[in-house]
Amino acid sequence: MRLNFNIEGGDFTKAGSASSQVKKTLKQINVSPTIIKRVVVALYEAEVNIVAHAFRGNISVDIEPEQVHVQLTDEGPGIPDIDRAMQKGFSTASPKVREMGFGAGMGLSNIRDNVDTFKITSEVNKGTTLDMTVLISDNQ
Amino acid sequence: MKQQSFFHALNIRHDVCVGCSHCIKVCPTEALRVKEGRALLYPDRCISCGECYRVCPFHAIVVEDDDFNRIYDYKYRILLIPSVFFGQFNKQISKEEINGILLDLGFTDICPVEHTVKVLSEAIKQYIPQHERPVISSFCPAVIRLIQVIFPALAGNIMRLKQPLEITTHYLQQLYIQEKNAKLDEIGIFYITPCAAKIASNKAPVGENESPVTGVINMKNLYNRVCQAYKQKNKPSVEFNTLQVSAREMKWTLTGGEAENLAGFRCLTVDGVNNVIDILERLENDEITGIDYLELRMCDESCPGGILVQGNRFLTAARLRGLADTAPMENSATDRFNDYLMQNMPVGEIQPRAMVKYDRDMATALKKMEQARRLKKQLPNIDCGACGAPSCEALAEDIVRGLAEQNSCIFMQTQHQKEGTLSSESAIRIRESIWGKDRFTGKS
Ligand SMILES: Nc1ncnc2c1ncn2[C@@H]1O[C@H](COP(=O)(O)OP(=O)(O)OP(=O)(O)O)[C@@H](O)[C@H]1O
Ligand code: SF4
Ligand SMILES: [Mg+2]
Repeated sequence: MRLNFNIEGGDFTKAGSASSQVKKTLKQINVSPTIIKRVVVALYEAEVNIVAHAFRGNISVDIEPEQVHVQLTDEGPGIPDIDRAMQKGFSTASPKVREMGFGAGMGLSNIRDNVDTFKITSEVNKGTTLDMTVLISDNQ
Repeated sequence: MKQQSFFHALNIRHDVCVGCSHCIKVCPTEALRVKEGRALLYPDRCISCGECYRVCPFHAIVVEDDDFNRIYDYKYRILLIPSVFFGQFNKQISKEEINGILLDLGFTDICPVEHTVKVLSEAIKQYIPQHERPVISSFCPAVIRLIQVIFPALAGNIMRLKQPLEITTHYLQQLYIQEKNAKLDEIGIFYITPCAAKIASNKAPVGENESPVTGVINMKNLYNRVCQAYKQKNKPSVEFNTLQVSAREMKWTLTGGEAENLAGFRCLTVDGVNNVIDILERLENDEITGIDYLELRMCDESCPGGILVQGNRFLTAARLRGLADTAPMENSATDRFNDYLMQNMPVGEIQPRAMVKYDRDMATALKKMEQARRLKKQLPNIDCGACGAPSCEALAEDIVRGLAEQNSCIFMQTQHQKEGTLSSESAIRIRESIWGKDRFTGKS
């Protein structure tokens, strides 16, 4: 089953709506709470990254009995140095974003810690794509 | 612990229900449907919150309490009164008079439920630092059941300690055994309940095999009895002063009442069913940080808003606060039993009871959910309720689960009739299967 969401850059009021919807769906098919939590945490962070750093983006979530696969693509500034961006504490967040409680530089590493597969590609001045999978059946 | 089947303290009187559909819209777990002209309850989803009871214009929903005469099975018949009971009455009738009238009904003793709040507060203060935060209060049984059914991931956050009702019961048993040489089976302890949820927790407690409380009495019944005696100017044979409660203890059942007893901890207090659902939703998303204790109450204004409490909830709460102002600052009456009460306070694990929406098998559930999503796209999405389900989404689920059909939707039905794929006879049969045969004959 596939769920699609559009994300607008800068609209923090709606950040989290995709992860809430995915949570609701996973609960309805009785996925274990620990797995749901991992999906929700990773998706939420990735969603906020588009809102905070990019112009607009799209999320597609494929739910299968064995796994949840999420792909996030955005149009935005891209990430010049991915290795650096992945480091805990690295952030280019503006003071405005920090005021809202984001920008600790923990998002990407938190995502990686919560998923089973993780792939990020980016092109400067074009955009970023994030692919991730959380396995369902293994830990059941 | 063995999982009990879902006990629900609310029942629908099918001789009174006309299937008006008010109740199906307010149920937070979507446990109600209209079928054959009557409301139908899916018991596994019912959390005994009583929202349906509040809105039923025909009083067709009844609360299952105990037979009053059961009290005579016991030599010692003790009535446990929650402080909210007194909040219902205006100043003209004193607490002592009310107690006297209640004794005359056949009880041998009366005790305030909140008599043991102090020792519980101490236990909670020890409990919080040792557990995952926020700890969710175990006070409101409807909240516990809501978490079990809709927020199973949070079941582990529910505090595994008893509440004043059970603790005071242990206290009284101990007091009677020690001071009156009573035997345990001679002591009957009965609780005046403000709601259906407390009845459910008495009949099917969570985390315990059996509640120590002997029985439950509907607050409405006793309110009526007290009013009647008062109006008929039947002076009670004695005016009775019960055991002490301090001002802070007395307010335990009010919104913020637990927080007031837990100085030094960061407490968040939320009341009302939709507010509680919203906060649990956020807790599940890890959005709540820096909170030690969550005091959640299903009723707006907490127990003064209970379905069996008479009158306006704000006035009840205000009167109760007024009464508390005259109560002593400190109650040390139970101190000598503290060790015993502390030992008897923990309860077992609280199991989640996630409802099976589509299927236990995940692959099947996923398939069915996809089917429901496709169906929902065809439905008008105006949640009119003419299908007997609370929303278009709920109907889509019901269709997939084989509990309804596409033409249960009045819009789909009209569409199919227009297209000539549904006969008028079939259409009528479907409508009658939901709203009952009598609905479609002219009223004389
Ligand atoms: N979708 C994106 N587009 C452009 N840059 C991004 C994107 N996602 C992350 N980045 C860059 O990577 C950096 C690190 O991201 P990360 O999510 O780890 O931290 P953060 O978003 O700055 O702060 P936090 O997530 O802790 O609130 C960001 O500061 C930003 O420069
Ligand atoms: S808030 Fe009080 S009256 Fe309302 S359901 Fe909970 S325990 Fe019962
Ligand atoms: Mg981030």
